[in-house]
Amino acid sequence: MAAAKTVVNYQSTWFQRLIRDIKKSKHYYILMAPFAILFFTFTIIPVIMSLGISFTYFNLLEPPQFIGLDNYTKMFLEDDVFIIALKNTLILAVVTGPVSYLLAFVFAWLINELGPKLRSFMTLIFYAPSISGNAFLMWLIIFSGDIHGYANAFLINFGFISDPILWLKDPQYMMLVIIIVQLWLSLGVSFLAFIAGLQSVDKTLYEAGAIDGIRNRWQELWFITLPSMKPQLMFGAVMQITTSLAIAQVSMQLVGFPSVQYAGHTIVTHLIDYGTVRFDLGYASAIATILFLIMITTNLVVRKILRRVGE
Amino acid sequence: MKKFKISKTSIKKFFSYFNPKRTRKLNRSMGGDLALFVLLLLFGTFSAYPLIMTASNAFKPLDELFLFPPKLLPRNITFDNFRDLSELIGNSWIPFSRYFFNTILITSLGTLGHVIIASMAAFPLAKYRFPGRSIFFTLVVYSLMFAPQVTATPNYIIISKIGLIDNPSAIILPAIASSLGLYLMKQFMQQIPDDLIESAKIDGASEYRIFFTIIMPLVKPAWLTLIILLFQRLWITDGGAFIFSEELKPLSYALRQIAQGTIERAGTIAAVSFIMMIVPVTFFIVSQSRIVETFSHSGMK
Repeated sequence: MAAAKTVVNYQSTWFQRLIRDIKKSKHYYILMAPFAILFFTFTIIPVIMSLGISFTYFNLLEPPQFIGLDNYTKMFLEDDVFIIALKNTLILAVVTGPVSYLLAFVFAWLINELGPKLRSFMTLIFYAPSISGNAFLMWLIIFSGDIHGYANAFLINFGFISDPILWLKDPQYMMLVIIIVQLWLSLGVSFLAFIAGLQSVDKTLYEAGAIDGIRNRWQELWFITLPSMKPQLMFGAVMQITTSLAIAQVSMQLVGFPSVQYAGHTIVTHLIDYGTVRFDLGYASAIATILFLIMITTNLVVRKILRRVGE
Repeated sequence: MKKFKISKTSIKKFFSYFNPKRTRKLNRSMGGDLALFVLLLLFGTFSAYPLIMTASNAFKPLDELFLFPPKLLPRNITFDNFRDLSELIGNSWIPFSRYFFNTILITSLGTLGHVIIASMAAFPLAKYRFPGRSIFFTLVVYSLMFAPQVTATPNYIIISKIGLIDNPSAIILPAIASSLGLYLMKQFMQQIPDDLIESAKIDGASEYRIFFTIIMPLVKPAWLTLIILLFQRLWITDGGAFIFSEELKPLSYALRQIAQGTIERAGTIAAVSFIMMIVPVTFFIVSQSRIVETFSHSGMK
């Protein structure tokens, strides 16, 4: 009898085995169900929907009308503002992405040398901006366009400039202001991940390294620290890339929405413009799809590169 | 009571601070240390200055607010700004407590739901193999790679189709399924030894019992991380396009309206910014070490 059963099990197809595995894992699916349902409803299905709607004209009142690739051709060939937004987004991402990533790592690394008390204090100092709600509006006063703005007053007092600069209204300076404030806000989740990663590097590796001829802290960083915390570096990269490509709040609150000559316009503010102001949901979805593709591609490419660190 | 004893080693240790030739950490040069210290000080100031100004402005009388050069600390500390704020709010046609209640409701239900539901999903993902597991987790990791703004438009359509427009659930439900929380929780649970689960199973405990009585108490540091990440997101929500009834609007919306006032409101605005800032920052100060502990398991392959 027992032998017969084994034979049956042996002969069962992969499909029967799959069904049996699924039945056996019933409890796991039940535990995952609430999250999975919400996750699919508000994250996975919307991505697919966004792709679908992007081929239509849809204003929420009338049923969507299929218009093929019209939204995409309009975006790249006719919509000059989108091109400005794309350019601004890429500039912001190329500057704030790598710089904020480096800053997060460098500060985490410097802080790691301090004693525990000072270390938690400095962690707080660097992390606090990213969780401080709308405290970044303080920069409105710092970069205010009159002579009472702190930046202007400082520069005039020390004779760098004679007339106040309209930091938030002059297209020449808007991107600079957005970059500064975004960098100020950017030591977030990845910064904490780096601090934690540095603390968990095996200390004996450094002693072994010193014996093996590592001369200074830079060699130590490249040959021991970085390879040991590669997983955290990967995670931090994902977080920084995603944030740096989605800059919108800082731009909208500081330089206005829309900003003068669209000088602070980004893909996300363009998306907000068409999605919630003009209610052209088809076009908004096309913008969202392009943004989605840019984000995923950048992430996958950077991950490929980071895998080589320390090799 | 422990008495402080002056021993030979403690004296040696004390004087070693003044001795430039004291045993240094491996591979560290004095010049490098100094440069790094200056760098930290410089950027630390850059990071802290706007926050300190936000806090100190909230306690400055109006004449000091417009003083130039701006003083880092108020000379005459006053609570007038907070008094003005509460008066202003008392005069609005929706009682202020209502906005406050809305934010508390959204924030507490959202974070609580997120911690429980994300942990429930993280447990099987971290500890068992079953069909669909790796596909699901890959989707979660991919969802970290794009910002929530990407799905804003279809989300609006879905929420309006379900009939949740003008309902706090429109903010709470998507927040509960935040994938960053699930990711961090799953990574953290992976370091729990399997033996604990095995021995509980031998004792006849069900999966649910194991989850609630063994796993959940062990992942408390990760709870705090999930709470602060979602808290800061929900705390500043203004209801966006989803909530339009005045009596359902959250605190951040009401405070934003006040902040859009003219120059004589500058003091009130400072008080508002201070309130919005101090709550999440205090939470972080209290739970910092546990939050950092969670992130040591955040790594990605």
